[in-house]
Amino acid sequence: MTDEKEFASIPEMDEKDKKSPLGQILIWLAVAGLLGIVAIQLNKSQQGSVQVGEVAPAFVLTTFEGEQISTEELAGKVILVNFWASWCNPCELEAADLQTAWTMYKDTGQVVFLGVDWSDTETEALAYMKRFGITYPNGPDYGTRISQAYRTQGVPETYVIDRAGNLAYVKIGPFTSLSEITNVIDPLLGP
Amino acid sequence: MKLRRLIVSLAIVILLAGVLTSASVFAQDEGPQPTPSDNEVNEIAKNMYCPVCENIPLDVCGTTACAQWREQIREKLAEGWTKEQIYDLFVNLYGDRVLAEPPRRGINWLVYVIPPAVFLVGVVVLYMGFKSWKKPVEEVVQEIPETEAKDDYVSRLEDELKKRN
Repeated sequence: MTDEKEFASIPEMDEKDKKSPLGQILIWLAVAGLLGIVAIQLNKSQQGSVQVGEVAPAFVLTTFEGEQISTEELAGKVILVNFWASWCNPCELEAADLQTAWTMYKDTGQVVFLGVDWSDTETEALAYMKRFGITYPNGPDYGTRISQAYRTQGVPETYVIDRAGNLAYVKIGPFTSLSEITNVIDPLLGP
Repeated sequence: MKLRRLIVSLAIVILLAGVLTSASVFAQDEGPQPTPSDNEVNEIAKNMYCPVCENIPLDVCGTTACAQWREQIREKLAEGWTKEQIYDLFVNLYGDRVLAEPPRRGINWLVYVIPPAVFLVGVVVLYMGFKSWKKPVEEVVQEIPETEAKDDYVSRLEDELKKRN
C-alpha cells in the first residue's frame, strides 16, 4: 500500500512543478515584443540623416499660402529642400545666398527650391521670409513629419534630390557662399 | 529775483509732472487688460516641450524658439482659445512630442499600460516567492524495494563486512 501511495504521488508533483506552457509562451512573447520596440526606436534614433544615394523620402509641403507641393509630382527636376527656422541664427547666414540661387535657377524649369520651416511660429517665419526677400515656396513642417522622414538633427540642413529622385547631396549647417550652392546643383542639371 | 523765478518755474514743472503722472496711472487703471500674463501662459507652457530643447519644459526654456512658442500661446489666449484648443494646435503643428504627457492613443498606450502591468506582475511574483518560503519542504522518501536496490556487488560487499565483524 505504502509503495503504491508513494509512487502515485510522484507524477502529481511533476504536474505541479510544470508551469503552463501557454503562459510561458505569452510572457516570452511580451518580453520579446517590448525588446523589439525598444530596438526599433534605438535603431531609428541612431540612424542619422538620410544618406546620399538613397531614395529621397517623398513628401507633400503645404506652403504658407496654402498651396500643396508634392515632391513625387516634381520627378525629373532637381529639388533643393532646405530646413530652417526663424529663430535659427545660422539659417540667416545662408538665407540670402539661397534666394539668389533660386533667382538664378527658377527660369530654367529644371530646379525647384522648397523651404521647410521647422518648429517655428508662422508670424515669425513670415517676418523672416520678408526680411530676406525669400520668394521660393516655403511652408511649415506640420507634425514635424518631413523632418522625421529625413531624420534631421536640427536646422539649417539642406538636401538636394537629383532628377531620378535619389538624394545627391546633404548639407548639415549653413551654406557659406553662393558658389557652394551652385557647385552642388550645376552637375545635376541636364545638358 | 532770479532765484524766485527759478523756484516758481521748478514748482510749475513738478506740478505738471505730477498731474501727468497721475493722469497716466488713471488711464492705465481704466484701460483694457493687457495680453494674458506670464503666469497664465506658463500654466499651459509647463506641460509642453519644444523639439529644439527636448528636455526643458517650455515655461522655463530660454531659447528664442521657446520664447516664440510662449508668445504664440499668449496670442491664442488673448483670442479666447481654451487650454485644450491650444494643446491641439501645437500637436497638429509639431506632433505629439510637444506634450509632456503623451495622448492616450495608439502606441502611446504602452506608456500607461506597461508600468502598472510590470508592477502587478512583480507583486504577484514576490507574493508567490514569500508564500513558498513559508511552506515546509516536504521530504519525499521513496522506499526502494530491497530486491531492486541490492545488486550483486552490494550483496557481496555486505557479506564481506559481516564476515569481518
